[in-house]
Amino acid sequence: MNHRPPAFDAHHVVHQLKHYLPAQAPLKDFVHHNTLHSFQHLPFEEALRTASAIFGYKLTLSLQEYRNLYQQGRIRKDVLLQVIAEHKGKAAAGDYRNQLLNGAFTLPGLPRIGALRSGWKKHYQVDLDSLVQPTLFRILCSYLDQGISIWSFPVTDQSFLGALREMERNSLTSFFRKRRSRQLLLDTECTIEDLLQLLVGKEDYYEHYLYDQQFAHPGWSGMVSAIEDQPQTLLDRRNISLHDLIVFELLLELDALDYYNGKNWEPLAFVVKEKPEDLFAPVPATELDEALAIWQQAFERSYYDQVLAGLQLEQTTPRRIAHHSFQGLFCIDDRECSFRRYLENEDPACATFGTPGFFGVEFFYQPGGGKFYTKLCPAPVTPRYLIKEVGSRQQREKDPHFTKHSHPFHSGWLISQTLGFWSAVKLALNVFKPSTSPAATSSFKHMDHEATLTIENKDVNDLENGLQIGFTVPEMATRVEGVLRSIGLVRNFAPLVYVVGHGASSVNNPHFAAYDCGACSGRAGSVNARVLSYMANHPAVRAILQEKGIDIPESTRFVGALHDTTVDDIQFYDIPALSGSLQKLHWKNVATFKTALDNNAKERSRRLELIDSTATAEEIHKQVRRRAVSLFEPRPELNHATNALCIVGRRELSKGLFLDRRSFLNSYNYAIDPDGTYLFNILKAAAPVCGGINLEYYFSRVDNQKLGAGTKLPHNVMGLFGVANGMDGDLRPGLPSQMIEVHDPVRILFIVEHFPDVVLQVINRAPETYEWFGNEWVHLAVVHPETGAISLFRKGCFEPYQPLLTELPAVADLTPLLETATENFPVYLLKTQSA
Amino acid sequence: MTNLLPYFLLLPGVGYIASLLAPRRSEKTVSGIAFATVGSQLLLALAFTALWLVNGATAIDQKEVVLYQTPHYSFFIDLSFDKVTAVYLLVGSILTFLVTVYSRIYLHREEGYKRFYNLLQFFFLGYVLTIFAGNLETLFVGWEVLGLTSFLLIAFYRTRYLPVKNAVKVFSIYRIGDVGLILAMWLAHHVWHHNIRFSELAGPLFQTLPEGLHPGALPFIGFAILVAAAAKSAQLPFSSWLPRAMEGPTPSSAIFYGSLSVHIGVFLLLRTYPLWHEETSVRIAIAAVGLLSAFLASGIGRVQSSIKSQVAYASLAQIGLIFVEVALGWHTLALVHFAGNAFLRTYQLLVSPSVVSYLIREQFYEFEPAKKTVESWLPKKLQYTLYMLSVKEWNLDNMLYRYLWNPLKWAGRRLDFLSINRALVLFTPVYLLGMVGLFNENLMPGNLVAVLPIVFSIVGLVLVLKAFTERHRAIMSWVFVLLNHLCVALAIAFNEHVGAWEITLYLAGIFLAAAIGFLCLRRLRNFEGGINLNRFHGHGYEHPKIAAVFLLACLGMAGFPITPTFIGEDLVFTHIHEDQPALALFTALSLIIDGLAIIRIYARLFMGPHVKSVYDMGYRSS
Repeated sequence: MNHRPPAFDAHHVVHQLKHYLPAQAPLKDFVHHNTLHSFQHLPFEEALRTASAIFGYKLTLSLQEYRNLYQQGRIRKDVLLQVIAEHKGKAAAGDYRNQLLNGAFTLPGLPRIGALRSGWKKHYQVDLDSLVQPTLFRILCSYLDQGISIWSFPVTDQSFLGALREMERNSLTSFFRKRRSRQLLLDTECTIEDLLQLLVGKEDYYEHYLYDQQFAHPGWSGMVSAIEDQPQTLLDRRNISLHDLIVFELLLELDALDYYNGKNWEPLAFVVKEKPEDLFAPVPATELDEALAIWQQAFERSYYDQVLAGLQLEQTTPRRIAHHSFQGLFCIDDRECSFRRYLENEDPACATFGTPGFFGVEFFYQPGGGKFYTKLCPAPVTPRYLIKEVGSRQQREKDPHFTKHSHPFHSGWLISQTLGFWSAVKLALNVFKPSTSPAATSSFKHMDHEATLTIENKDVNDLENGLQIGFTVPEMATRVEGVLRSIGLVRNFAPLVYVVGHGASSVNNPHFAAYDCGACSGRAGSVNARVLSYMANHPAVRAILQEKGIDIPESTRFVGALHDTTVDDIQFYDIPALSGSLQKLHWKNVATFKTALDNNAKERSRRLELIDSTATAEEIHKQVRRRAVSLFEPRPELNHATNALCIVGRRELSKGLFLDRRSFLNSYNYAIDPDGTYLFNILKAAAPVCGGINLEYYFSRVDNQKLGAGTKLPHNVMGLFGVANGMDGDLRPGLPSQMIEVHDPVRILFIVEHFPDVVLQVINRAPETYEWFGNEWVHLAVVHPETGAISLFRKGCFEPYQPLLTELPAVADLTPLLETATENFPVYLLKTQSA
Repeated sequence: MTNLLPYFLLLPGVGYIASLLAPRRSEKTVSGIAFATVGSQLLLALAFTALWLVNGATAIDQKEVVLYQTPHYSFFIDLSFDKVTAVYLLVGSILTFLVTVYSRIYLHREEGYKRFYNLLQFFFLGYVLTIFAGNLETLFVGWEVLGLTSFLLIAFYRTRYLPVKNAVKVFSIYRIGDVGLILAMWLAHHVWHHNIRFSELAGPLFQTLPEGLHPGALPFIGFAILVAAAAKSAQLPFSSWLPRAMEGPTPSSAIFYGSLSVHIGVFLLLRTYPLWHEETSVRIAIAAVGLLSAFLASGIGRVQSSIKSQVAYASLAQIGLIFVEVALGWHTLALVHFAGNAFLRTYQLLVSPSVVSYLIREQFYEFEPAKKTVESWLPKKLQYTLYMLSVKEWNLDNMLYRYLWNPLKWAGRRLDFLSINRALVLFTPVYLLGMVGLFNENLMPGNLVAVLPIVFSIVGLVLVLKAFTERHRAIMSWVFVLLNHLCVALAIAFNEHVGAWEITLYLAGIFLAAAIGFLCLRRLRNFEGGINLNRFHGHGYEHPKIAAVFLLACLGMAGFPITPTFIGEDLVFTHIHEDQPALALFTALSLIIDGLAIIRIYARLFMGPHVKSVYDMGYRSS
């Protein structure tokens, strides 16, 4: 990876740079990913100290924060001693603990990035960033803008540099202050090498210089790089590349230096006294690095140990249920964890399953009247299918406050004196009595529930833009079978099987896509739920399934639904198509769903300081709903905050534990998948998805300034694709502080129910999957399905693990707990009320 | 009814003090105080205005407190209430109240929750004082409070670079406005020989203009006021500060730069209308500035690709039109326009984060590639030129640098040879000689005495320039600011026989502030070693207490109305004669740069990313 050819190769360096820049796509396509993906080829701890030394990130909690956690008992003493013993030997454990608790450590020096380019200020007293960046950002944003400006960039059918050339050539003014840069742009090819020659002078400084330059504004560079790689992410496409950005920035720098110093300056490499340290030279571990790594491990294990102990201590005699009242498929999302628990509480005869919320059906979706397609499957997948909404009667509401006519002085003159007064009324209404408005997003608007979808394809030549419209019967059968087998639902079908996607609602929230279903590329999962249900209800599909050994009784119907995780409401689809008796059954279940949702809202409210959690569930639910439409509410919901686990196994494995909404739950039955075929598919998707979510929260939490978006309160929307602070700031990728403040930065622990040798063999099947586990970016534990013994995956193999805890508190009624505490709970055993 | 006027000040004043005393951790208490204060003020405002309307809506004016009195001079707080006050009061109270409630939850758990509410309350106090002011002096007090709170709210996220940089930028432009106001006060005082009340302007005062009045005096006052109004309302050529001020939490940007603060320039024009309305040149100038601003801002606004800067330019285009309306004398229209624009822009800024989902949805359903705009009809060359100029904001931002700050810096850098020791060696004997001369004036030749004021004011200017451009030693910069004040005092003393008491009034506050500031800097230096001014250091991060005390010292030193220096400054100007524009100009320049130098020391030392915590701070560009 760090192998570099001896001479400077601009193409190669730009390619490498792209790898290190933030990979976040424009806001509407926000998908969680490992913020440090470029270091994933290294073991976690080595990656952290390397990234920190190079780029100046803060990648763990601070020493003081760990010490506080220890004082609070959140890092346990026995665990800390155990972790120290593993690193330092048992004998030294006591002394080293003292060092950890009270010792002084040498703090790290300056990061390597920026060391070269800071020479401009040092030697020429010129603040190049201030002279260049505002102009650069503004022109870049104008070029990429998706619809904020009224008069958009005049030349968009050319590449960024091409457009600039065209405009500079035909204009009476210039973006440059002096002649030289303008002439270079117009008359030369402007290769990066040539410009660096003028600016830096010595070839072996070039690479460092480009890194310094681009990491002075990683937000913009990352956005340009992301758009270069996936131009379809902008609806109004632009032909931009990191190369063009660098060239233009180099020209602007040259221009600023000419302007500031006249002819009186030499290239940077000739004036810096000492060549700065190689950016990518190995980073040796310091004592502080080791101490922080030990603290972090102890912090993580203090939690994992409870969970693993819980798995062994919980009551493991599942009640056999002969006839399920209903079954429900949910997304593996950690936010569904408590909802499912409440359903099972409310109706012990039901069964719930977890699977990634696109439900195994991958396609593009075109809502009625839409001019574009929306991808509804995990981001890395490129579907070949298109599903269209037909007969939507949904009206898009308008809000005159967003009209551009209010901006020019003439129409603004009229509008400010008329609409202006209405604004005051609207503001007062929203402040005192929040209600929905066209400004808000709602997951229920993703699809009109009365519209139909073009799911079935009867003629494979039925194409649109190269996409097949709908799925053929065999294609449907493959997908239904895949989902059912992977979750282990192959017999004992209940009369109603709900397929429940999820989405979210909010207002004043540029990060809205991060709240929706990640498995649907940041959209709501309603269409997918409906599509899978349609497929599973299709008689021809069922016939094929029957041949394959999955016999779904004719009386069983699949029903699509959408759970809105912000307002905790649910919408069911195609109910009129059910028979009378099933409808009756359904309405009974609806009552169960409703109670479960009230209770779920109440459980969620414990984290929200401003809601009184002792009120009744119905009352709290009302307040929770209000959050989604309140302009002044920066936390409509807390999203994936506190996520820490991903359990892949039967529901029984963790049903007796209270996991406090911290776990992704992927249903899986080892018994029907002895060689791990389905397990491989599950882990292949779950490691990057859950691991990506987890690590994005992790890094946004530990370094909210550089890897997160900082507080969202001052954010300013740029070009509809990003947010920045103020007018001239860098884009802020990552999560805002309001989303991560309650999150504990721990790596996710995967718990898989299968035989260790099978799991070992499964994770070794694909190197990109293995990297997650092998380099310990996520932890992995395996529960032996027969003995219940636990093994932890460390350094390439499974080692038996005996939890330190031998007992856990048990609770029968969670309510008093939920009403009094806002912080993370320990793991509790749930006492089942024996009937 | 008149007796009720002070309550409009008392209420926010008490609220502000209560807010300062509230426990930092209790969000409920902090926002509760603001809610109660602004809420009661709103109720009071509604009731009072209703009563006032019923009683015939006649303007009220009342002299409240005389702060300083000599036979020729009286500094007093005067309150008034009329149509303009009523509209500004109602709009201001409604918006501040709504934003108070809005921020209660919006700022939940934000670091600086209490600071935000303190500033909001202090801002409100300043706003109310400004709009109730019955004379220029009272108005100026409120005006200064608005400037200070603006600075602190823009730099609300004080550990990031851009907010601090932009806060200093905005402060420096406000400072130009301040000087416009000071000069207007100076000349007005000389025209009427006392500190006039606005209510007098409408009356017989105008008919009794003093004999032999310089024909340029009244237009000069008008233009000085126009400068002040244009700076505060972001009209040309100052416009570019407005979008850059949007660095604080959205509600504060909404209320300050979307609505209230930015319309105060309009208020100033409405309030001083009787002063300049008979001067056609002033009216034309105001209308021209407004119209040109409206045109340019609309053009620049059309190409803005970030939502807040777009709203900012839209807002200031409307304010340009309001300037025109005021110049034309259409005051009712101007007031309605102000209210509508303030409400509209506040709301647009508050819902601005929603623009992503709203416009993307619109784009998804209604997208047409290459939409035609008005400009499509222009020839290509003109089109590109216009577009590029608009993106560059017609170089407005650079212009201020190029023509204002850079020459100052250039001049300051010529003084690099002047180290603190050299300066003291040169300065002390000259100053002592001056002092000796002052007490033995009869021994000096008359024409020497006549030029001494200007000499000393130039020396003062040089010193403060040095303070403003000093890169290395903060303490040196601070000392030079003090020396500047001493020079100003000496210059004035030579100009006219000023009582010792008046000089004391002027210098007492300065000396106190200088001493406190000096101790703060010394203490900081003990902790941190050398403290230079080459970059932002963010020492407030580790030394919040020193930062707070030093801020007070800075305010004292800059003549903020917390020490008698404030009155002293006003007094100093009364001793500059109307036929000494050069002296007035130099003194005024001294005061501008003095404020800049002081705020620069504060910002560079205590604000910005903390030098020592590289790993905790955001990117400089963020």
